[in-house]
Amino acid sequence: MPEENRQDLSVIGQPLVKVDAAAKVTGQTVFADDLVLPRMAFARLLRSPHPHARIRTIDVSRAAAHPGVLATLVGSELPIPFGILPVSQDEHALCLDKVRFVGDPVAAVAALDEETAEAALALIDVDYEVLPSVMSIDEALAREDVRIHDYGPHGNVHKEVSFDFGKVEDGFAEADHVREDTFFFEGNTHLPLEQHAAVAAQGPDGKLTLWSATQTPHYVHRALAKVLEMPAAHIRVIACPNGGGFGGKSDPFSHEIVVAKLSMKTGRPVKVTLTREEVFYCHRGRHPVKMWIRTGLKKDGRITAMHFRTALDGGAYGSYGVASLYYTGALQTVTYAIPRYKFEGVRVFTDKPPCGPKRGHGTPQPRFALECHIDKFCADLGLDPARWRLDHTVSPGTITANQMQVRTIGLRECLQRVLEKSGYDGKRGRMGSGRGIGLAGSSYISGAGLPIYWNAMPHSGVQIKIDRGGGVTVFCGSTDIGQGSDSVLAYVVAEELGIAPKDIRVVTADTDLTPVDLGSYSSRVTLMTGNAAIEAARKLRALVLGAAGRKLEVPVERLKAAHGRIWDTADPSRALRFAEAAVLAEAAHGTLGAVGSYTPPRSVAKWKGAGVGPTPTYSYSAAAVEVSVDRETGIIRVDKVWIAHDVGRSINPLLVIGQVEGSVYMGLGEALMEEQVFRKGLHKIPSLLEYKSPTTLEMPPVESILVETLDPQGPYGAKECGQGPLLPVIPALANAVYDAVGVRIDEVPITPEKVLAALDARYRRPQMPAVAYPETVAVAPLAPAAPAAAPAADPALRP
Amino acid sequence: MDKIRIQLRVNGEDRECLAPVHHTLLEVLREELGLMGTKHGCELGECGTCTVLVDGHPILSCLALPVECGDREITTVEGMAGATLHPLQEAFAALGAAQCGYCTPGFLLTAAALLRDKPAATRQEIAEATAGNLCRCTGYLKIFEAIEMAADRMRSVSQPLDDGRLRKRTGTETGTEKARA
Repeated sequence: MPEENRQDLSVIGQPLVKVDAAAKVTGQTVFADDLVLPRMAFARLLRSPHPHARIRTIDVSRAAAHPGVLATLVGSELPIPFGILPVSQDEHALCLDKVRFVGDPVAAVAALDEETAEAALALIDVDYEVLPSVMSIDEALAREDVRIHDYGPHGNVHKEVSFDFGKVEDGFAEADHVREDTFFFEGNTHLPLEQHAAVAAQGPDGKLTLWSATQTPHYVHRALAKVLEMPAAHIRVIACPNGGGFGGKSDPFSHEIVVAKLSMKTGRPVKVTLTREEVFYCHRGRHPVKMWIRTGLKKDGRITAMHFRTALDGGAYGSYGVASLYYTGALQTVTYAIPRYKFEGVRVFTDKPPCGPKRGHGTPQPRFALECHIDKFCADLGLDPARWRLDHTVSPGTITANQMQVRTIGLRECLQRVLEKSGYDGKRGRMGSGRGIGLAGSSYISGAGLPIYWNAMPHSGVQIKIDRGGGVTVFCGSTDIGQGSDSVLAYVVAEELGIAPKDIRVVTADTDLTPVDLGSYSSRVTLMTGNAAIEAARKLRALVLGAAGRKLEVPVERLKAAHGRIWDTADPSRALRFAEAAVLAEAAHGTLGAVGSYTPPRSVAKWKGAGVGPTPTYSYSAAAVEVSVDRETGIIRVDKVWIAHDVGRSINPLLVIGQVEGSVYMGLGEALMEEQVFRKGLHKIPSLLEYKSPTTLEMPPVESILVETLDPQGPYGAKECGQGPLLPVIPALANAVYDAVGVRIDEVPITPEKVLAALDARYRRPQMPAVAYPETVAVAPLAPAAPAAAPAADPALRP
Repeated sequence: MDKIRIQLRVNGEDRECLAPVHHTLLEVLREELGLMGTKHGCELGECGTCTVLVDGHPILSCLALPVECGDREITTVEGMAGATLHPLQEAFAALGAAQCGYCTPGFLLTAAALLRDKPAATRQEIAEATAGNLCRCTGYLKIFEAIEMAADRMRSVSQPLDDGRLRKRTGTETGTEKARA
């Protein structure tokens, strides 16, 4: 029986309590700001008040002389640039010669306490020459004279791409109907409740330890080694449990490097905790994206060609932006059949906080556009939008026009289940004035197929040791940001060794102690660490069961291990406890330890830029959203959400449903109210009160349906569930608003003001700027059964 | 920095410390008394994360000054569990109502005060009582279910809700009620 179809599981699939639940409900989880070390000093960063300015001089002498100040720091002491992607190393821990957004850090102070550090910032004299600033996509494209960075193809363009997969014009020539639409997705931010914090301590041996609220300790480790010019072997990065991440703690941050350097300068541990306002300015959240989409169709609804254009407002730095740009064009093709596809995209720099990855990374924006566009062209052709989606899902095993490889696909079943549960067919167009229902489907990656920097090593490693008392410790670099990755490791190892998760200790996210896992991003952790943990655990299982079989005089094939016991399935009275078997195995084989690792399968895609989009397997989701819209106020009330998610297999349905419900919540926030907006470079609403997010009173009932496709790539068949379920919620809501009041708001958030404007025929539809996209690269279709020979990292992301 | 002597009764214990005069109750609990279970998300009274109980009432400790609390009973998350977990803590753990766990102490204490006053609180009453507590992970639904599960259990075993620390004191009100509530 294929591995993913296993039915004999005792831990996997159970709604077990998380291994860290007791710590969390008693307030004992140690977050980064909870750390207190002897002689610890406190740091604060001075940030630019200007969106764009040249730094003439910085004078820290008055701050340095302030009582209680231990050290000051300026950019020239950390001159080496860094950035998450090798291709855009464009940040400095503290700005050298220019500031590029309000909030860009220019100097830092360490003092005996936080108040003294804060007071000393006011004594730092910075002489700025204020420069003209660029605050929007259109301005960035128009103002070639104002250059934020001196790299990129021209002006303020960070990256531009154009690809034609399969001669899209031939497809439009075959079409009976062509439709074009323009959409806008406003930027928004992660808003984790935990503010970023970090503590650095240089020990007496000269080695440095950094504890940080980071989702990616391995990448922080690399950035520290580079900027501090220290051997990586002398730096230890420990990711504390994150108080929410959602992508907002995935970049190496200036404050992490600053406390490390200040610890080296002062010889003391140094802590920094960002204020809520600073968290808004650190950002790295959802890119504002303008989108234009043109689709050619036959009368019966078959797509003949799709042309998709995007323009991204990247903010002041590169961050993950090159990947974000490619993601706005990558996954349109893996849901419904699109035989010919063209994607053109541009990411521009603006003088605003840098954008990066937020839950769904670069794909919620085009998914919103695509799923609204589908409803519109179905209306043009007189087709039912639910039927159209069911009829055009891609087949399992498809290689798409842009060479993405679909393996298992539960999209049709997800759509069917939400249609049944929601009663969509009987409701759409029939709910009466002000009420409506909308539908959308979507897909997401279960981990990026390629690493962020070029290397041929595994993406995830797991090490396991067994103690003589039968205790099992699992070591892995993965970072628990609340999604339950520590628990998943315990469940997988418990399943393989036949013990209880509570008898396992999990040690994670520590670059000194744990094998590398690339980090908690791209929904990669369950699939990749799960597979690595299975490999490591099976090596030990073979040793332990082999020893048990010899003792019991039973062939290993007849043994079963579960619940801490190993027994003969033919004669259950012949049994050993796991701990007894472990002692026998250590006597026979020596100290019991094993490692496992995981590297994703090679992608079939070979074009430059194809590093973004491939994954071991895609997850799929579908959502139906029912709304009531008040025509007097424009206020949208969400009455109910039905969501189905193809999770491959639920490792723990309780945790999967938690991820699905959390995704629905976050999607509703983006659809209805959340926006990261600026006035003259200043964030308009940098507080938890004014940046509106849904409270308990806005959260509707949610009916979650799990679809299991048992994918051969996943551990026991599992796919991702942490990001994908956000994607269909936003367009389903937009489609529901149209069903309710007959107006199309082609942008998010769909605020009451926009609804009222549309009802009064005053709504101004989004416009696509005139972008001079680069010369199109024609990508030939793959020859059937082309041998896979992809590079180990996408050349487009290489320096 | 001017420091003052502060005497507080926290989780049934008399505590004393020297603290800068401007330190909030949140800062005194975390920094002077080492009670790190109380978290912060904004320090502006906007997110509910730092909620503690003062004489049984949920208040935002980031907006309270310790001098206001000198003769009052303060309960933090560290005071909820004795030898065993409080039913709310058990329910939050069992249902996955704590994902990252950062907002959890604030929700637990807000819910404890609610269930003392309304042992059979409805879903709407639970949503209204916790409307000042933000959570970014769960979508609130597992939190609602956990509070309902705990309420059922607390009623069925008729466990006394007033264990001395969650006691509601009549008469005085603390100055900083929940901003969003």
